[in-house]
Amino acid sequence: MPHMVIANTLKDGRVVFLSNDGSWTAAIADGELAQDEPAASSLLANSKSPANINIVIDPQLIEVNETDHGRQPTAYREYIRAYGPSVKNPG
Amino acid sequence: MYRYDEFDHTFMAERVAQFSRQVARRMSGEMTEEQFRPLRLMNGLYLQLHAYMLRVNVPYGSLSSTQLRGLAEIARKYDRNYGHFTTRQNIQYNWVKLDEMPALLGDLAKIEMHGIQSSGNCIRNTTSDQYAGASADEIEDPRVYCEIIRQWSTLHPEFSYLPRKFKIAVTGAPKDRAAVALHDIGLRLYHNAEGKTGFEVLVGGGQGRTPVIAKTIRKWLEPEDMLSYLEAIVRVYNLWGRRDNKYKARIKILVNATGIDEFRNQVDAEWDKIKDTKLQLDAEEIERIRAYFASPAYETLPDYSAELIAHGEQNSAFKAWLASNTAAHKVTGYLIVNLSLKSPKQPPGDITSEQMLATADLADHYNFGELRVNHRQNLTFTDVRQVDVYELWQKLAALDLATPNIGKVSDIIACPGLDYCALANARSIPIAERIQQRFEDIDRLHDVGELSLNISGCMNACGHHHVGNIGILGVEKKGQEYYQFTLGGSSTEDAALGDRTGPGFSTDEVVNAVDRILSTYIEQRDDVEETFLETYRRVGMAPFKEALYGAN
Repeated sequence: MPHMVIANTLKDGRVVFLSNDGSWTAAIADGELAQDEPAASSLLANSKSPANINIVIDPQLIEVNETDHGRQPTAYREYIRAYGPSVKNPG
Repeated sequence: MYRYDEFDHTFMAERVAQFSRQVARRMSGEMTEEQFRPLRLMNGLYLQLHAYMLRVNVPYGSLSSTQLRGLAEIARKYDRNYGHFTTRQNIQYNWVKLDEMPALLGDLAKIEMHGIQSSGNCIRNTTSDQYAGASADEIEDPRVYCEIIRQWSTLHPEFSYLPRKFKIAVTGAPKDRAAVALHDIGLRLYHNAEGKTGFEVLVGGGQGRTPVIAKTIRKWLEPEDMLSYLEAIVRVYNLWGRRDNKYKARIKILVNATGIDEFRNQVDAEWDKIKDTKLQLDAEEIERIRAYFASPAYETLPDYSAELIAHGEQNSAFKAWLASNTAAHKVTGYLIVNLSLKSPKQPPGDITSEQMLATADLADHYNFGELRVNHRQNLTFTDVRQVDVYELWQKLAALDLATPNIGKVSDIIACPGLDYCALANARSIPIAERIQQRFEDIDRLHDVGELSLNISGCMNACGHHHVGNIGILGVEKKGQEYYQFTLGGSSTEDAALGDRTGPGFSTDEVVNAVDRILSTYIEQRDDVEETFLETYRRVGMAPFKEALYGAN
């Protein structure tokens, strides 16, 4: 199953995904998909580069399903991270 | 209320400046995340699923209207226009930004508030009865002692790195509204046979994955010995509490492993050494602090309750609210009024900036400019003139703060759960919302009567599920959310842990399961006066189990 790298930004804690040009994106659709284990390892290594230490916190690999409704992390926790709380903000 | 003195203001300014420098060093890369994390936690700043979360202490739940306006402004300026009141009488902001923290903490300091010791292995915010100073059943105002504990425990150099977090609660009334038996230390003020006021001291209570009801370590403690005795308990815990396993590090584990009698001996031995030192509280100091909590300028008023009841006869919505959301006051002509933060339209404990600002205005107009946060995630006006109550109700209803459900099944304690929390396994808020929607009918709500329903999204039990009359624990099984039930828990003076019913229920089944539990209670109760908890204690688990899982 494909993998992506998810993290929180240092500056504001928002959820981001590593994209293929090495930048971080808030949109799961724009993140880089690693189709096999070597690609996933390489992606994770890139996310932990010295340049990224001051940009993101705790980058991790997550499993992702590609569906008709877009990319969906398989773990529900990561799905909520990717798409936000399932309840609306009262404010 | 306690007000900062010159020392407090200077300290806060220095602390904000210090944390601002630490944020700058982290942002520039001078400090790693590993180095920075404990520093941000010491200031109450967590990283959750979607963003940073800041927890701000509300000392023993007391707020001035000025502080509430400041909190509203912070929610508007630095967050998404709302805040979340917690079971520890604190407020949390779910969407704050690291680079804005220096400015945010500066704004907080202006209203004499901070997040110091709202996280980490230290003594946390001391909590108390939301009716303190006002309730008809009170023996003595517990806030006086909470404030003394706050001053003693804040930045206590010996207790900054305890084996684990440490929570203290104080009640000054026989009706326990502060859940003191579920705290690391619980203090109960009472009168002895000679009519003198002192404390019963409980130790080793707590929830989490190993729930324990606290045991009495000392039946009688003179108020002047309070700090020396607390210091002796925490010192013994600091010395012997486990540091090798965070799940076995709370004082409840130490007390259970040591045995309460041996633990008491160790505390007494330590206490003997420090009892007559500067920790001794003299009467003058207690009175100095008591002056901060002097009663407001009550008027001499006639009892207006008959007129309020007459209002209720003409307005059933007011009648239901009056019955559930108000409580007796110690002064004739006044009432305690609870503001429900449990409308089905908002997550439990959440409040918007607009609601905060309007509530602050109402507190100024009707409640001497103060209010309280309570551990069931609602707000309380402690000193409302009975003659003003009908008008206040109308204004609260317009703000959606008058749901008539205090102490009822839809007055749900719920943690943020998997929608926000990095530790959670399952969601809490959507379950609470569905239950609230199912029991929106006021007649049914009031027919079911007094009942606590508490939901946690993981076994850390921030939603107090162990001590809900009905407790719901969210778990994750093969990627799906399931909800396990416990029945018979209580957090009051008859504190008890709930009994597990059996296998859990899926998200779709959980509301029907609550419905079956309540229908069973109504079938089984002797009469409408018998509460859910009384019925459960009389008939036991069997009929509820049958209703949930069938005869087999």
